[in-house]
Amino acid sequence: MSFQPHTTSLSKANGAGASTLDVSLGPQHPSTHGVFRMNVRMDGETIVKLQPVFGYLHRNHEKLAEKNSWLGSMPYTDRLDYICPITNNWAYAVAVEKLAGIEVPERAEYIRVIVGELTRIQNHTAFLGFILGDMGAWGSALMYAFREREKILDLFEWLTGARMMVNYMRFGGVRCDLPVGWLEKARAYVETYPAFLDEMEQLLTGNEILLARLQGVGVLSGERAINGGLSGPVLRASGVDYDIRKVDGYGVYPRLNFRIPRGTVGDCFDRFMLRILEIRESIKILQQAFAQIPEGPTLNPAVKQRGFKPPAGEAYGRIEGPKGELGFHLISEGGEKPYRYHVRPPSLINLTLLEEMCLGTKIADVMVILGSIDIVLGEVDR
Amino acid sequence: MNLPGSGIIKGMAVTALNMIGSYFDRAHAKRLTTEQYPEERPTLVETSRSFPFLVFDGDPEAGIRCVACKICEKECPPQCIYIVQDKDANGKAIRRPRVFDIDISVCMGCQICVEVCPFESIRMDNIYEVSSYNRFAPLVLHKEQLLKSNAYYNQIHPTEAAETDARIEAARIKKAAAAKATAEKVAAAKAAAAKAAEEKAAAEKAAPEKPSQPEQNA
Amino acid sequence: MNFLENLPLAAKKLILDAVEWVCNWLCAKTGIKLPDWAMPALLTLVSILIVIVTIIAVFMVMFALMSVFERKILARMQNRYGPNRVGFFRWRLCGLFQPVADGIKMLTKEDIVPRGADKIVHFLAPIAMVAPALVLPVILPYGRGMVPIELSTGILFFFAMGAGTELAVFMAGWSSNNKYSVMGAMRAIAQMISYELPLVMSAVVVALVAGTLSPNGIVEAQAGYSFGIIPKWFVLTPWGFVACLLFYIGALAESNRCPFDLPEGESELVAGHLTEYSGFKYAIFFMAEYVGMFAINGLLVTLFLGGYQSPLPFLEWIPSWCWFFGKLACVAFSMVWVRATLPRFRIDQMMQFAWKFMLPMSFAALIAAATWYYAGRGPAAWGISALIVGVPYLVLGRLCFTRRHAADNRRYLYSE
Repeated sequence: MSFQPHTTSLSKANGAGASTLDVSLGPQHPSTHGVFRMNVRMDGETIVKLQPVFGYLHRNHEKLAEKNSWLGSMPYTDRLDYICPITNNWAYAVAVEKLAGIEVPERAEYIRVIVGELTRIQNHTAFLGFILGDMGAWGSALMYAFREREKILDLFEWLTGARMMVNYMRFGGVRCDLPVGWLEKARAYVETYPAFLDEMEQLLTGNEILLARLQGVGVLSGERAINGGLSGPVLRASGVDYDIRKVDGYGVYPRLNFRIPRGTVGDCFDRFMLRILEIRESIKILQQAFAQIPEGPTLNPAVKQRGFKPPAGEAYGRIEGPKGELGFHLISEGGEKPYRYHVRPPSLINLTLLEEMCLGTKIADVMVILGSIDIVLGEVDR
Repeated sequence: MNLPGSGIIKGMAVTALNMIGSYFDRAHAKRLTTEQYPEERPTLVETSRSFPFLVFDGDPEAGIRCVACKICEKECPPQCIYIVQDKDANGKAIRRPRVFDIDISVCMGCQICVEVCPFESIRMDNIYEVSSYNRFAPLVLHKEQLLKSNAYYNQIHPTEAAETDARIEAARIKKAAAAKATAEKVAAAKAAAAKAAEEKAAAEKAAPEKPSQPEQNA
Repeated sequence: MNFLENLPLAAKKLILDAVEWVCNWLCAKTGIKLPDWAMPALLTLVSILIVIVTIIAVFMVMFALMSVFERKILARMQNRYGPNRVGFFRWRLCGLFQPVADGIKMLTKEDIVPRGADKIVHFLAPIAMVAPALVLPVILPYGRGMVPIELSTGILFFFAMGAGTELAVFMAGWSSNNKYSVMGAMRAIAQMISYELPLVMSAVVVALVAGTLSPNGIVEAQAGYSFGIIPKWFVLTPWGFVACLLFYIGALAESNRCPFDLPEGESELVAGHLTEYSGFKYAIFFMAEYVGMFAINGLLVTLFLGGYQSPLPFLEWIPSWCWFFGKLACVAFSMVWVRATLPRFRIDQMMQFAWKFMLPMSFAALIAAATWYYAGRGPAAWGISALIVGVPYLVLGRLCFTRRHAADNRRYLYSE
């Protein structure tokens, strides 16, 4: 299949006789964060139309869930947003627990918060590396970020057995308890992390070239963000105060003391800085959770994992994932398999306003804007 | 006062620090964390998991724990397990698998088969050097390749294996105690029955003729 | 240590003497009598050949070593090892044989020429790129009395030949029959031309103070030590420091190195003028870029860092050509360091930087140098020239960068 720019629908509506250039960015491209394609029409260097094309990573996730049992879908949720598997597991578990009315023991809730916030930290750390790679920084920040991220993944491997595809949450708790010494190691790691973040800030935040590339680029107003249904750091960078951890108050978040940062301008630099500020808030949450975690069971003993049959009904469970609001809409007929299983992916919804953010900017900025939204194609395409 | 260009200089200081650190901090693995594979293999943490294997106690044939109940085959999400139950000489099904195949090119290492197994017979291995020159046949592991001893299991996952052994031991003790209780009950019942028969015989001996005559008339 | 100092010249003299001896022996043996002009002409020819072979050999070896050391230094700055596997006879040798492996790879690749490409221009573009690049190092003084070609207008010659590479870049982009390559080539040309100006202006500053365009003369003008210990290099004066920085940034831009590598940017849309080149032709472009980088670094060392002169009086026993190559290595290392740290500019930001910041700064450096020269080189002269460069730096910096782009002019609100 060869790309013929003049035969795509984009070029048919080429009004006003201006000489424009149709170009396809992707799907193979060093920095599109996965197999993602953008059909772009340029007038000189400026973008006049942008059409995202995705679906290159579609893996029938929702249909597969109708074939698997409720427990059997849990490993597949790992592969949705493959940078943060634990929060995907958590969102699915929350949705099922809402559907079946299951209580979760307190220790399990604290463990969920600890691993969830560690996931948020490692996702935002990886983001710092990726956006520098998008701007052509030859991988220095990427290497430093991944070095730190590996330490968190080592913690996950010790806890669950796998670095990334963890399959850790269960309905009514978590799969296994924290091993002896895990809390101490995690606590020691969280103590050393702020030094790394300060070093990254020294490398990145004052850098004039980075400031010139990120500031004023891809501005999105709060009103448009709300209209588009955005969520997560992109929404908060545009000045909207909305974080599901505060709005829904799921788990033990109401007991923990943390702030929600939000930006004022809504450009790429705000999204960049906001993720750094969110990492600092996550560290505070972790320190409180380490101090407050009680002893107790980690799984609700009344719930059968294998052969799990929730009552008939439907539920929508959501959490504040690192990328935004990750939600699962489940419809059950009382059987062993779901009737309908739908994922609300934050990356896909955040992409709906990509064209708006990119219109009028230069082609070199498109990569930076796409990088600042922080998408993962596994989630967009499912 | 923020001099233009100072941010760049500070950034270059960070890079230089990392370069110097990569020469000196190796022992503490603070900065340069590369492991030169294959000269240096990674030390896997105890709970690390990759693909399943079957556990046997003592003898691979006689000590196999799997009874071919097919629960793992049913619960496996990508359906990578294939089990055929064994039959004895008369064609009657016995509680052992004749065929137990796992396609590790499909297996995602999710560990659900381990969780649902009621007989502590399938566990997760931590092998990772399983490349082959053919895409299909060598990546389907058969029963013989999957069977590994309990001693090996204790070696790779000591804590988990110790817990499993404790559970099996507790179950065995409980079963032995239950069997002993049943045996005692049977013996007691037998003794009681024998005693009753004895008493009955003694009672019959005490009054022998009385019951016979009316029976002869009838 | 005089022996080491004179080693290259002694070697050249030895070769010339050997050629002369062999010729005389042959003439005596066969009885042919040569005319008077033959021997000097032959010796001149051999001398030129020695120069050519030496320059090509030295710079090829430096290019090979630079390609592996750049990767290793870049890797160390990113907390990883660089190439460390290629060696021979079971010895890894820290991967120093990597250029051999790279060379074999480049040579054995298929040479693809696009169907609608202009074949002659496509073929000539790499040659047009590497030929001026190889001629550039000829005027640099590598040691005391070791200038391959002594030109009294060496600097002018250098920049004239350097402009030849820009034409080659456009030839490469144009001949590829690819609209993205043409766009990339035009952007590359725009970048190179814009940064030529501050580059040449910085060189003019030095020529003004030294009073000569000859590289040897410029190095001699930086001889001596003030207060007995501090060398009189031009970089250690206020105007010289600014001019050196501008020259350095211009050198980065001329060599298409990060942060100015937009023409060869991987994560940009337009893949650049080198898209349609593969195999050996790509290797030639690569080589031309590196040789050009060495040449312009050599010129920076000559103009600002005192050329082959040692920085401290008690270190003069180290041969002068060692100092030259040592300084060259330091400048090359700093270029790799910059590449590891900085992201790349966007094209319009690059242009703004060149025209609105660097060009006015180079004029300020020129005025400061003239003031310093004519004010007698005393402390007052130093103060005034520092002021003349300092004020535009702060003013222009504020206008171009600091007011609009600063990390601390943003507010972030928190809610509980």
